[in-house]
Amino acid sequence: MLGMNKNDTRMLLLVAALTMLAPFILNPFPTDSGLAQFNAGYPDLMQRFVIFGIFAIGFNILFGLTGYLSFGHAAFLGVGSYSAVWMFKLLAMNVIPAILLSVAMAGIFALLIGYVSLRRSGIYFSILTLAFAQMSFNLAYSVLTPITNGETGLQLNLDDPRILGVSQTADGSIPVTNLFGLEMRSTFEMAVGPWAFQFNAGYYLCALILLAVFYLSIRIFRSPFGLMLKAVKSNQQRMNYTGLNTRPYTLAAFVISGMYAGLAGGLLASMDPLAGAERMQWTASGEVVLMTILGGAGTLIGPVLGAGFIKYFENIFSKINESVLHSWFSILPDGLEDLLVTLVYPFVGKGWHMTLGILFVLVVVFLPGGLVEGGQRIVSWLRSKKSDDKAANGKTEPAE
Amino acid sequence: MSNSNFTRRGMLKTSAVAGAGVALPTIFTASSVAAYTNEPTGSSVTLGFNVPQTGPYADEGADELRAYQLAVEHLNGEGDGGMMNTFSSKELQGNGILGKKVEFVTGDTQTKSDAARASAKSMIEKDGAVMITGGSSSGVAIAVQGLCQEAGVIFMAGLTHSNDTTGKDKKANGFRHFFNGYMSAAALAPVLKNLYGTDRNAYHLTADYTWGWTQEESIAAATEAMGWNTVNKVRTPLASTDFSSYIAPVLNSGADVLVLNHYGGNMVNSLTNAVQFGLREKVVNGKNFEIVVPLYSRLMAKGAGANVKGIHGSTNWHWSLQDDASKAFVKSFGTKYGFPPSQAAHTVYCQTLLYADAATRAGTFNPCGIGEALEGFEFDGLGNGKTLYRAGDHQCFKDVLVVRGKENPTSEFDLLEVVEVTPAAQVTYPIDHPMFAGGALGTCNAG
Repeated sequence: MLGMNKNDTRMLLLVAALTMLAPFILNPFPTDSGLAQFNAGYPDLMQRFVIFGIFAIGFNILFGLTGYLSFGHAAFLGVGSYSAVWMFKLLAMNVIPAILLSVAMAGIFALLIGYVSLRRSGIYFSILTLAFAQMSFNLAYSVLTPITNGETGLQLNLDDPRILGVSQTADGSIPVTNLFGLEMRSTFEMAVGPWAFQFNAGYYLCALILLAVFYLSIRIFRSPFGLMLKAVKSNQQRMNYTGLNTRPYTLAAFVISGMYAGLAGGLLASMDPLAGAERMQWTASGEVVLMTILGGAGTLIGPVLGAGFIKYFENIFSKINESVLHSWFSILPDGLEDLLVTLVYPFVGKGWHMTLGILFVLVVVFLPGGLVEGGQRIVSWLRSKKSDDKAANGKTEPAE
Repeated sequence: MSNSNFTRRGMLKTSAVAGAGVALPTIFTASSVAAYTNEPTGSSVTLGFNVPQTGPYADEGADELRAYQLAVEHLNGEGDGGMMNTFSSKELQGNGILGKKVEFVTGDTQTKSDAARASAKSMIEKDGAVMITGGSSSGVAIAVQGLCQEAGVIFMAGLTHSNDTTGKDKKANGFRHFFNGYMSAAALAPVLKNLYGTDRNAYHLTADYTWGWTQEESIAAATEAMGWNTVNKVRTPLASTDFSSYIAPVLNSGADVLVLNHYGGNMVNSLTNAVQFGLREKVVNGKNFEIVVPLYSRLMAKGAGANVKGIHGSTNWHWSLQDDASKAFVKSFGTKYGFPPSQAAHTVYCQTLLYADAATRAGTFNPCGIGEALEGFEFDGLGNGKTLYRAGDHQCFKDVLVVRGKENPTSEFDLLEVVEVTPAAQVTYPIDHPMFAGGALGTCNAG
């Protein structure tokens, strides 16, 4: 279908099903049960899942295919966010022009940074991108305060011009972001027994865009261009010796991946019209590297899984506080309860970074192919159990 | 490799799937039918406590969380009631708010606008919080206040001292109990004039964000009005931990007063650096070199240790105050946690009580009703004397304390002494004061 082979079609349909049914899948526990703490099916987090999924898919086009490890991708995310918010401030609250401008601006930025950085490879490339990203962060944080509003972050005001829209609504508040009148924040709540499922317009816009760019990334992976990028990863020197100039290919990959990041930034701002400098900080660049490696670099679906995993930890685990823990263990005798709370507390709440770090180490040591490899191992284990006559195939196969 | 075999059948199948995908979200566009965002329908009401648990203001955040828990206990009728007994409004009965038991959720702002908004959003969307409160940074407070305005819930600002919070970034759904940069300057200037004279050269080191900028502006304006000269204003990143490179240039600048527009961990580090560089022993222009920390707290004094001795600043509240309300609060906080509360703890405790009281007086959790109940509300018995929640900008007006690092502390908590209580009238400013101009409250949003 759509010029893809059977496996890829199946993968795209799987992603489509996952994203469209996410409000159900992510809310498995009834709202009044104790486990509701682990529900992730609320609009903001679902939006983050798909937006950072887009970011990671884009990063994977560069890192997974060419092996160039960019440590400055957050800069493009930030550029995208700032462009989108400026569009909301100056033009209109429709998200389409905002998203278009953010993709275009991120593309221009990526072209400039990529042109310089791609003159080197390996660690030097990583350091160059990191340097550019930190530079952008510091500019946004202090020097460019009139454009970025520094640490406070760029926000909408009642007196913004918005030449194609209104500065403020009839009741004197800031208009909300919309897609031709469909408000991004409008949410339909469906109550089924004790469950409550939230269907958010903004989420579905992000999800559809995710499907589109996921499809695009499949086509890039399977195209002659993608093959060229894989060749760069396996042996760039040999390619150069055969008389082939690889730089246009790597630059194209860099710009495409920068535009993905810009798109993610634009979407972030469309869902919540605020852009902060910390979006460009090196920790944010490191996060997308973690997402990609955790999910499985070079695989199609891995980065999306990794993004979901990290955002889940950041938003769900960080909110488990001491009193929540006490309520979980309240059936136990007092001494034991306190002991368990003391033991568990360092790993949740503000200690969520630690849990994530441990998981990351475990994944990298035992599953170098990321979560995707874990999934494949389980599947192959199940298959080998089914057909005992066939010897188990110990070696892992690439996901694509 | 790519294979482009478009067939009629394939095209039809694809467009059917795509059509279904496009049509799906449009089914779900109806907004909810509740009268306002997160109307509590059960037997409990959820409040969202959004404080920094990591980053430079983590100490303040931890203390705020303790005070919130104490306030929730008191509202639910547990504990000794604290300042509920001294509060001039007697609506709160210790049976929750409007008969609903108070529950709370917590989140980590990480002192980052983005993370704070994500955390507040999850409280509103997932946990059904009807009010968000907290924040130990003005940047974060302004970002979250904007979010609450859009989402249609009340925001009770915690520790935020920037003029902008109730100035150009003020919002109809946001309320601030804490004082601000202008008030600090208005309270400090006369004291500094008496101590250091009218002929001084000041050097500002400023945390580079909205709070630092507005406080620097306020202090510079107030000190210049009494004859001081501002030598230089240097901005430092909020995330810095070492300020030696910023302190060294002060030595040769000809300045004889250093104003540290820093708070929390920033101030602890910059003051320590300044003392290590021997600034306090220096004599410049024939005068002793002085350091001023316009916004002070006990937690900072504790962090900076002996370095704070004799250094002046202003504070919203201090545990050594001897009025009944302060004593009651210190007693119940001290009984529960074993040490006295900080000004951050005090202000968030007050905010929680004020919200609960406003909801009770309004008879609803509707943000617009609560807003009306708080606007122009005059109260007493929360530790700051007579206080007014001004309707025009949702800022509280009350006495401001000028404090000094104690020379001979008697305990590890007895680090500051109150030098002067500046009456509210002296720190009051008109709503259209230029330092607060440029914004509009807008109208209340109930979602």
